[in-house]
Amino acid sequence: MPIIDVRDLTKSYRVFRKREGLVESVRGLFRRQYTEIAAVRGINLQVEAGEFVAFLGPNGAGKTTTLKLLSGVINPSGGQATVMGYVPWERSNEYRRRFALVMGQKNQLWWDLPAQESYRLHQQIYGVQPDRFKARLDELTDLLDVTKLLGQPVRELSLGERMKMELIAALLHSPEVLFLDEPTIGLDVIAQHNIQKFLRFYQEKHKITILLTSHYMKDVAALCKRVVIVAGGLVQYDGSLAGIVDKFSGKKIVTLQFADGDEPSNLARLGTVLDTHWPKVKISIARTDVPRVLAETLRDYAIEDVSVEDPPLEDVIADLFHQVS
Amino acid sequence: MSTIPASPLAKIGAVHQVKTWWMMIRISLEERLAYRGDFALGTLMRFLPIITQIFLWGAIFNAVAAQSGNDENNPPMLGGYALPDMVAYFLLTMIARAFSSMPGLASGIASQVRQGEIKKYLIQPVDLISFLLCTRIAHKLAYYVVATLPFAFVFFLCRGFFTEGFPPPAYFIAFLGSLVMGFMIGFFLEATIGMISFWLLEVNSLLLIFMLFSFFLSGHMFPLSLLPPDIEWFVNLLPLKYLAYFPAAIFLQKIPEDELATEMAIEAGWVVFFIIVCRWMYERGLKRYSGFGG
Repeated sequence: MPIIDVRDLTKSYRVFRKREGLVESVRGLFRRQYTEIAAVRGINLQVEAGEFVAFLGPNGAGKTTTLKLLSGVINPSGGQATVMGYVPWERSNEYRRRFALVMGQKNQLWWDLPAQESYRLHQQIYGVQPDRFKARLDELTDLLDVTKLLGQPVRELSLGERMKMELIAALLHSPEVLFLDEPTIGLDVIAQHNIQKFLRFYQEKHKITILLTSHYMKDVAALCKRVVIVAGGLVQYDGSLAGIVDKFSGKKIVTLQFADGDEPSNLARLGTVLDTHWPKVKISIARTDVPRVLAETLRDYAIEDVSVEDPPLEDVIADLFHQVS
Repeated sequence: MSTIPASPLAKIGAVHQVKTWWMMIRISLEERLAYRGDFALGTLMRFLPIITQIFLWGAIFNAVAAQSGNDENNPPMLGGYALPDMVAYFLLTMIARAFSSMPGLASGIASQVRQGEIKKYLIQPVDLISFLLCTRIAHKLAYYVVATLPFAFVFFLCRGFFTEGFPPPAYFIAFLGSLVMGFMIGFFLEATIGMISFWLLEVNSLLLIFMLFSFFLSGHMFPLSLLPPDIEWFVNLLPLKYLAYFPAAIFLQKIPEDELATEMAIEAGWVVFFIIVCRWMYERGLKRYSGFGG
């Protein structure tokens, strides 16, 4: 049985259409026009226990809405979902003791108090036994290297340190399912890397199930074997990161280095020229044409070096997002 | 579909619940004490209005006395209050308001709803209303700790205004009870207004209207017995009087002894009423919120 089981989940919002200008604003006081906006149009997803899954998609694709649905913050408009067998939006205390949600842009900790005070409250709320609590806290602060910061008011911590503290707060009660919404947003490269390292280690050690949304491809590449691309409120792709390129890009990037003086007259004939640094030329060529074009080029010109690569993942995904929206 | 069994967590029972509330109170108390300066200043500022009140009512009573021809043996009375009673009344409403006023409660709930911080209470196994109540109790406790000495000092200076002296035990117990219930009514009434933000998002104007009514109809501005009888009868039916007038009137023994028990029972009824209304609004509001998003 999958630990997260989502079937035909939909969610639409009724949004007040505010028109521009003062007159329209006044009119809006009396007669309002609403529009239905479908944020999630029928998502299907099965996740097995112990998987680390990334949710990718452009802004407004329905990623965060899906996480909100799965953590029970909002009710769906249609469809079903269970997490560990619980229906999230029933919000049973039993379910709430077994998962956690971390939002990169929201704070759970008490702003003016040291994080350890918030942790003590969490211990009490989630009913974590004192010896277990101590062991967990020691393990987590040690892994994230923040033991010294426990006594410092949260408002005095840097963004990266605060995110570490938020992660500890979310993990103290040993959730079996963790939802992470943009955990590295706004962090510098080093802080991002530290959070990634920690998440990878923690997930491998405790075998918990994690669903992550992120805009940083590096997060995803470092952490997740499985990637789910959501766009336009639907799952567009579900598979490995490498598989994205195979599925969505019919192109290869071919780099040719011509021998001096042998300049071809019409490069565009080979494919789309991306970059020219004579004598090096980068051309995007349809995958099926690659053997033929290469054979012809090698026959007609003196070539010193050739390389054939997949297009960068970011580009493929950006193209994909663009197509869908 | 069956759920996947949980690993054993601590038993969650009534004792755990009480311990959780205690922890919430403790942590809010710690947070409160983090702002020492603002806190001390806020406490002291509360005493300023009483000085203006003494001067204002002194002038009013003088004017009334001058009109009725300055009779030393028969000092002027307003709504059953002589000047010293009036000053004593305002000192006592100050105590009552220290229990029943809830600065920032409704607007705090509104801003949590608007900014989505309310999510925290939906994903954690905690109840928002209990949490807010614990926080408020902590705020009040912190306030009393700081304010007791200055209060005692002001009351000592003004002891001459309490012409009836200290009330008999039955009245004093009723006074304490009315303070605690005044706190409950104040809390649940204002929390209910806060819950309206699930529908309106912004409750500041609503709150302003409420405060305006409350200012006059709770007895904060003047003793309710000063009102014309028809209006007084109506205002007495409202729960607002428990926020200021009622505890002060008890302490000054303005409420006949045989009506005391009934009055207290009615107040308790209002407490229960507002607890239920607040809870109901919260449940309805959450349904709306979670159906809508945020």
